[in-house]
Amino acid sequence: MKIYRYLTITLGSALMLISCGQQNQSSNGALSSSAAEKVYVAPGEQDEYYAFLSGGYSGNLTVYGLPSGRMFKEIPVFSQFPTSGYGYSEETKPMLNTSHGFVPWDDAHHPDISQTNGELDGRWIFINGNNTPRIARISLSTFETEEIIEVPNSAGNHSSSFITENTEYVVAGTRFAVPVPQRDMPINEYKGNFKGALTFISVAPETGEMDIKFQLLMPGFNYDLSHPGRGKSHGWFFFTTYNTEEANSLLEVNASQNDKDFIAAINWKKIEEYVNNGGGTKIPANYAHNVYEEETHTGTTTMKKEVLTVDPTKVPGAVYFLPTPKSPHGCDVDPTGEYIIGNGKLSADLTVHSFDKMLAAIEGEKFDGEAYGIPILKFEDIMAGQVKSGGLGPLHTEFDGKGNAYTTFFISSEVVKWKLGTWEVIDRKPTYYSVGHLMIPGGNSRKPFGKYVVAMNKITKDRYLPTGPEMEHSAQLYDISGDKMELIYDFPTHGEPHYAAGCPAELLAPKSKKIYRLDENKHPYAVTTADGSKVVRDGNEVHVYMSMIRSHFTPDNIEGIKVGDKVYFHITNHEQDFDVPHGFTILGQNTSELLIMPGQTKTSVWEPKQVGVWPFYCTDFCSALHQEMQGYVRVSPANSNIELKWSLGE
Amino acid sequence: MKKASILMILGPLFLLGLYIFPLWNIMLGAPQYPDPLGLNIHISGLRGVNEFDIQNIDGLNHYIGMHTLPKPEDMWEFGTFPMIIGFMVAFGVLIGILGYLQKVSYQWFFGWFILMSILGILGMYDFNEWLVDYGTNLDPNAIMKLTNPDGTPMTYKPPLLGHVKMLNFDVTSLPSTGAWLMFVGMMLTLTAGYLGWKSTKTQ
Repeated sequence: MKIYRYLTITLGSALMLISCGQQNQSSNGALSSSAAEKVYVAPGEQDEYYAFLSGGYSGNLTVYGLPSGRMFKEIPVFSQFPTSGYGYSEETKPMLNTSHGFVPWDDAHHPDISQTNGELDGRWIFINGNNTPRIARISLSTFETEEIIEVPNSAGNHSSSFITENTEYVVAGTRFAVPVPQRDMPINEYKGNFKGALTFISVAPETGEMDIKFQLLMPGFNYDLSHPGRGKSHGWFFFTTYNTEEANSLLEVNASQNDKDFIAAINWKKIEEYVNNGGGTKIPANYAHNVYEEETHTGTTTMKKEVLTVDPTKVPGAVYFLPTPKSPHGCDVDPTGEYIIGNGKLSADLTVHSFDKMLAAIEGEKFDGEAYGIPILKFEDIMAGQVKSGGLGPLHTEFDGKGNAYTTFFISSEVVKWKLGTWEVIDRKPTYYSVGHLMIPGGNSRKPFGKYVVAMNKITKDRYLPTGPEMEHSAQLYDISGDKMELIYDFPTHGEPHYAAGCPAELLAPKSKKIYRLDENKHPYAVTTADGSKVVRDGNEVHVYMSMIRSHFTPDNIEGIKVGDKVYFHITNHEQDFDVPHGFTILGQNTSELLIMPGQTKTSVWEPKQVGVWPFYCTDFCSALHQEMQGYVRVSPANSNIELKWSLGE
Repeated sequence: MKKASILMILGPLFLLGLYIFPLWNIMLGAPQYPDPLGLNIHISGLRGVNEFDIQNIDGLNHYIGMHTLPKPEDMWEFGTFPMIIGFMVAFGVLIGILGYLQKVSYQWFFGWFILMSILGILGMYDFNEWLVDYGTNLDPNAIMKLTNPDGTPMTYKPPLLGHVKMLNFDVTSLPSTGAWLMFVGMMLTLTAGYLGWKSTKTQ
């Protein structure tokens, strides 16, 4: 019935528009010009917000401006990035080390900006690698990946990387339950044997350095998404689950049998206390911890050998299950911390739980049975309300800080605005098409900046000029400052953006780093003055200590290299001027170019296989004499005795 | 004469500002440098307005063959000027004290002012000579050799005072805090001389 009424209204208004005459037929006339004004950022002006969109299968994080939708940068995180040499240079290769060896790709899903007292503080942004479970920390002054920690006993690191309101912890929840520890066993013995690890990674307040504090070994459900409590629910973390059936085959059917799955409510403060008092079990593990030092411009890998696990039944009062209908996907907590929204992705309605009611039910011990020793609360006791939306496939919810919530509906492709407390639908707008997450800057904090919502759509066809069978995904920007949402812009995004985080530009722009200071460069192979350049042979390894400045390399001629040598070019950029990187590459190189920032040192390995005189050059158009920024390496036969020598200006 | 002498003691002390604040400032702005590059000229040497401005100005200037900006040890002026200023301050204060003690007359005040003015003009002349040399004494192997419309080689002397458009750069050269303090100080000594003259006339 409702859908019919909706259709009638839509048709009616469409007819009215048409009857308005000629003007309206040509792309909305005045309406589109006002939308254009809202997103137009004139030359020389700057955007109001930064938006960080996950790159999904690109493994990276992209930085956009809002409202312009201009892409500013792609930050390499989990993928090799030939543009800058990330994952190819000797300094950054360690960042992609794991217990499975060098893994130069991942599936990056959910970015989250660090917080203090529940408000964005703009120090770091965290993002998860889904496939080979990892969490990365990126500096928001250098916009470079500073740390990646691998998560053992986890698989499909999906309910990540969300942070608590003082950035005490970043969580890494497993989507796939797996044997813990991993072992050879029949897959069909999954039920009761596989575990779901929810990993709490502590973040050092000053440096941001991450360390796995504990892993909660939960029943073998699929832990899909999560959000921290905030305000009064600070100290709790909420994870949606699906496949509480614990099926191991044809999940599309077998994991959709239960009418209700759970939101797992975790009192992490209780578990922290238990752990601090010596609780938990240390088990052997093997996982990589990669740290990039800004002063040495170098990453190092440490392999860690054990992890502290916690059995939830050993910490009474720390873990409860909140029944939530129809395979909930998104799990969102409103800015006050009272409402926990579980979006049943196979449902038309939204289920909202009340934190206060949850506490009261726990207090009254009104349980509806248990699962693997974990109490299940009664659905009716904890529910705050339901949004009867009439949309299909609710996924994710964000908040505007004015008591409104915005939920995406994947199947019916729309954003629905509704009111917290009354649960009435206020407005709805279509998306194009198949929207996943949405983002309001600050939406994952106690203080959302409720001016824009960005919808991240999976399907783009018909929106832009076609580019063969594959299109970049589309983001859509809505102005939500009024009562009704207004679609004001469409822009393509890179990779498959899942979630995003945003913040006001003034939080980051003033502290964004412009150069690396050469006098603080502690790279062991740096040359901080041009006369320090040299070439040193050590067996068949040759180390070239090279410097670069507009518009030459020092040295620019090198002789005495032999076939079979392993030549390390350690190159220091001597510029101390904002945004003047230089590039380096040499013919036949088997890796990538380097892009070296002012004051930075990077190392590239070249293994010449053929005799000849091979040129290298600067790949970043740096100045009027960029074309002249070049040099040669003479490569002699392996058995030759040509002296090693190097020069500039001779 | 007492009031005049106090002013005469005070005036030269303003010159001490030259040890802290720049005497002159030259800014180079262009569309690609929305934050202009800047050069502060102190009596003891050149400093960038921002930390790496000198390196970046030198980097740009090498295209047209200008010499790198001098370090303090490259120019005798940067050793001598602080001594001259120090002497003039001490000398001025001494005259003021002697005036207060009625040992010297107001003419000494004018004398100091005239001497300081002559030294100032010489300083400006010397500074201008350096600017001429800096802007015209170009490396014959310069990467870019530009000519004026009449075919003569282009030179790049920054203005002594005021604004000039130089290639894509707007170059503005103005006295800075140190110079203004010096100006105020010199005006005080001039006033001291005038008051001294008036007080002797009324006696």
